[in-house]
Amino acid sequence: MRSLLAQVWAIAAKDLLLEFRSRTAFLSALVFTALVLAIFNFARDPTAVSSVDLAPSVLWITFSFAGVLALSRAFTLEKENRAIDGLLLSPASRTALYLGKTGANLIFVGAVEAIALPLFALFFNVPLLEVLGSLVLVIVLATIGFVAVGTLMSAMAVNTRFGEMMLLVLVLPFLVTPVSAAAEMTTKLFAHRPFAEWAAWLKLLVAYDITFVVLCTLVFEFTLEE
Amino acid sequence: MGESLAVFGPNGAGKTTLLRILAGLLRPDTGEVRFGGERLVRGNAAHRRRVGLISHHSLLYDGLTAAENLAFYARLYGIADPRGAAAHGLAGVGLGTRAADPVGTFSRGMVQRLAIARALLHDPEVILLDEPFSGLDQRAAATLRDLLGRLRAERRTMVLVTHNIDEGLELATHVAIQVAGRFASLGPRDGDLAAYRAKYAEATSGDA
Repeated sequence: MRSLLAQVWAIAAKDLLLEFRSRTAFLSALVFTALVLAIFNFARDPTAVSSVDLAPSVLWITFSFAGVLALSRAFTLEKENRAIDGLLLSPASRTALYLGKTGANLIFVGAVEAIALPLFALFFNVPLLEVLGSLVLVIVLATIGFVAVGTLMSAMAVNTRFGEMMLLVLVLPFLVTPVSAAAEMTTKLFAHRPFAEWAAWLKLLVAYDITFVVLCTLVFEFTLEE
Repeated sequence: MGESLAVFGPNGAGKTTLLRILAGLLRPDTGEVRFGGERLVRGNAAHRRRVGLISHHSLLYDGLTAAENLAFYARLYGIADPRGAAAHGLAGVGLGTRAADPVGTFSRGMVQRLAIARALLHDPEVILLDEPFSGLDQRAAATLRDLLGRLRAERRTMVLVTHNIDEGLELATHVAIQVAGRFASLGPRDGDLAAYRAKYAEATSGDA
């Protein structure tokens, strides 16, 4: 168990260090986020649609696509010099590889979200501080779900032609559940609805996370076969 | 132990495929791989600890420094002191002074030396070499030959695949010629360069 954790940490730390050095995917995701928020904000007619009504969908559209942008780099960086062979030749298990990649992606997408959230509050003037705790819980749970699936799909798409487009095609159907649940909960939170009204969505999100983290860990074993 | 097999063959003969099967990276359609009598089971960590692969791809990250690359692999192999192992590995291939430089700034020869350090980090019994001289200038190739000669003197088992008979024969105790996925010949080295050139020409004559 200790060696598994050490391998998971080594892989995650390596990925984060590489991204920290290049910052390419991080900056692309951030620019994309700022652009989407700005466009939605300025394209909205404030007399027709209130910002609080529009905000939850915009938030989750932005997070989903910025997340997919971030996820596509997870295995692309292993293509360079066929580094993936080095990983597969090492005694590190595929489980360690998947969990390490997922961990790095979670931190990476989380960092993008952490910067995007204040921007979102700024553009849409939503009561963010009042619901911050609950909103962070929703964001964390939804992010775990789509990063777990996205990391698996990123491994599947990396060796295909047009890998980034393929990743979108593969991952979007799986995003429907966590993103819908998260958007529903965000709507209820901004409308100050009681917990009982969004508890079912929360349960769905937790169930989705548990199912897909376990399933993706098991299936990952077969994704890197040649 | 201590035997070196050189596998010669033209492009497309299946040399790299053979090496990837031996490394456990590919599953053979038929047959099996045995190491010291033990059947290779894919995904077996113990097997992977016994093998080191030196390829014409470096398997390194350009964005990491030489020391970071080796320390990363040392962690994956569960080596107790990854930084110490990395420093030792770098010194072994004469790159100690470039430890803190990103691999992306290295010449092809330096990258190949670092790739050798990576492959030897966990002290493997069997070393697999896939066209290790590919793209190297004369000086870098000579340095690599010295390194491989040292490995041979340490009595490590080596399998080298190349289409270059001159380079391969120098290191080989056994020689195979592979054509269209099959060994046209296999046995102990029993001739000089000219003899093997003739053998190679004969084996590959119908391949064109």
